[in-house]
Amino acid sequence: MATKDAPVNNPMVDPVTGEYRVIAPGHTFKSVTEKVSRIVLTSHTPLGWWFGFMVAGSVVGLLMVCVTWLFVRGVGIWAITIPVAWGFAIVEFVWWIGIGHAGTLISAILLLFKQGWRNSINRFAEAMTIFAVMCAAMFPVLHLGRPWLGYWLFPYPNSMNYWPQFRSPLMWDVFAVSTYATISVVFWYMGMIPDLATLRDRSQSKLGQFVYGLLSVGWRGSVRHWVRYETASILLAGLATPLVLSVHSVISLDFSVALMPGWHTTIFPPYFVAGAIYSGFAMVLTLAIPIRKFYHLEDLITIRHLDNCNKVMLATGLIVAYGYSTEVFMSWYSASHWEYFMMWNRMFGPMGWSYWTLITCNIALPQLLWSRKLRKSVAFTFIMSLIINTGMYFERFVIVVTSLTRDYLPSSWGTYRATRWDYGTFLGTLGFFTFCFFLFIRFLPMIPMSELRLMLPQAKVRERAEPLPEAGD
Amino acid sequence: MPLPEGLYGLMAEFDSPSELVRAAKAARTAGYRRLDCYTPYPVEEAAEAIGFHRDEVSLVTLVGGLLGLAAMFGLETWIAVWAFPLNIAGRPYFSWPAFVVPAYEWTILWAGLSACFGMLALNGLPKPYHPVFNAPNFRDGATTNKFFLCLESTDPKFDAAETRGFLEAQSPVSVVEVEY
Repeated sequence: MATKDAPVNNPMVDPVTGEYRVIAPGHTFKSVTEKVSRIVLTSHTPLGWWFGFMVAGSVVGLLMVCVTWLFVRGVGIWAITIPVAWGFAIVEFVWWIGIGHAGTLISAILLLFKQGWRNSINRFAEAMTIFAVMCAAMFPVLHLGRPWLGYWLFPYPNSMNYWPQFRSPLMWDVFAVSTYATISVVFWYMGMIPDLATLRDRSQSKLGQFVYGLLSVGWRGSVRHWVRYETASILLAGLATPLVLSVHSVISLDFSVALMPGWHTTIFPPYFVAGAIYSGFAMVLTLAIPIRKFYHLEDLITIRHLDNCNKVMLATGLIVAYGYSTEVFMSWYSASHWEYFMMWNRMFGPMGWSYWTLITCNIALPQLLWSRKLRKSVAFTFIMSLIINTGMYFERFVIVVTSLTRDYLPSSWGTYRATRWDYGTFLGTLGFFTFCFFLFIRFLPMIPMSELRLMLPQAKVRERAEPLPEAGD
Repeated sequence: MPLPEGLYGLMAEFDSPSELVRAAKAARTAGYRRLDCYTPYPVEEAAEAIGFHRDEVSLVTLVGGLLGLAAMFGLETWIAVWAFPLNIAGRPYFSWPAFVVPAYEWTILWAGLSACFGMLALNGLPKPYHPVFNAPNFRDGATTNKFFLCLESTDPKFDAAETRGFLEAQSPVSVVEVEY
């Protein structure tokens, strides 16, 4: 992914290739290690961190209130009705899972494609995945009505002599999402082991040495270990890639297996996956831009990263646009009265505003990303990432609500209007996500130090002695 | 088993990966076979230099994945055909295309868990104590910016004085003794 129009005298530009550098020049093994580990090992927690942590924590309080009230009163406090039996719960489930997908994409697919620039952002993109999957998993469980019986979803021998039914995509979902969560955690943790060893060795406090020592399982950097570790990383990346594609495909099958107009279509799996990656990259940028500013990580998360993420968003955004236009085309080409009405209703029915919000946020405005100048503007990128996340939320809202409120029989038509508990729960998961993220950046290395070292020019082994490469510190 | 005592090996410290690889190659050429390198990031050339070429992680992962596939597909078939047969829209009990998705997910789940835990097990981890941590300069640099070559005392060619002389000839930053 070349970016070849930068001014030549800019130190961030490599004079040989004319590309923006992935890491600012002048860094050494020691300096990158210190820069990243200092954030975690400092005994002085920044005030800004406390402030953000408290705000996020109080929003988690809101989530607790909403969930408690839900347990007391039941799912009737949400706006779910017949015909919209899932409402916000499934909108937010799909939205959160989609956000998680970029983390896996960055850590797995870009690793397989040997995209070195991913190294600075993969760790916190993976963390984002895990927290997003946690938020997503709350919704189907809360929506169960009797969430304490959620374990009935799993096949296990029981006194009711009952087993789950594996011909339903909802059952597939259980396995897709639980596998996804497990593999994401394993991938994230395994990638962190060498960095946890660095923290163990650099920590000044007894507690830190003990905890990081425990977590790093005695990693000592033996090259034999590294060889196996690298094999395992590549294999996990190779496994996570088809996994991430399957997860959102399975989620889309929850819809497309149903005979609902607007749902019953084969375009759903690829278009859901593209949408997931689209929103996920937007969320990566939403998180990365404030973090690099606050922790002064502009050397490690550079304009190159923002530019590349913007390009990925532009590309996936166009795939999503293709998905939308296929839907419109098929509703006409199918010659089905119901499909035709569904599309008309989406565009011009009582909820038409949500469709046009979606088109504006997801297709119209992101076309500005064609401009090189705007792609490199930090403020613009941040705003665009928020716009795309909003657009992707509306995409799921449109799919769920407009199809369900007006299906085949006008006598069973209804409407949908979310309650304050719906909004409260959604806001609460946003707070929970942020809360987890604050804990993560304070206690774990958010940038993979061992992979950054590998990116430095002095990491290359030169066959002959003279001239010796610059020493490691 | 009694704890071993005495000298674990001699540890040379280097500033750059190139020097480490050169020294490791020299040690291998000189006939040392029980040796290891410690680096702050993966240095493939160093593994090559000490004669470590292939690992079994891929095999473990493959076996794990196949077991996961068999486990889930078998479970689904058993449930749908024998344990709890349900007539879903007149489909056959053994409607295997519907079973593919969970079986696929479990292939990945078991393969992924095997890759991670297999890697740790083959590496002999978790292992909180290891003699190399006793080297005074090891924890300072091994996970940050220094490169170490350790020649172990169990090597038949190992001789405290001679080996020290050999390591010092490789122009390291320092050579230290590693106690058990």
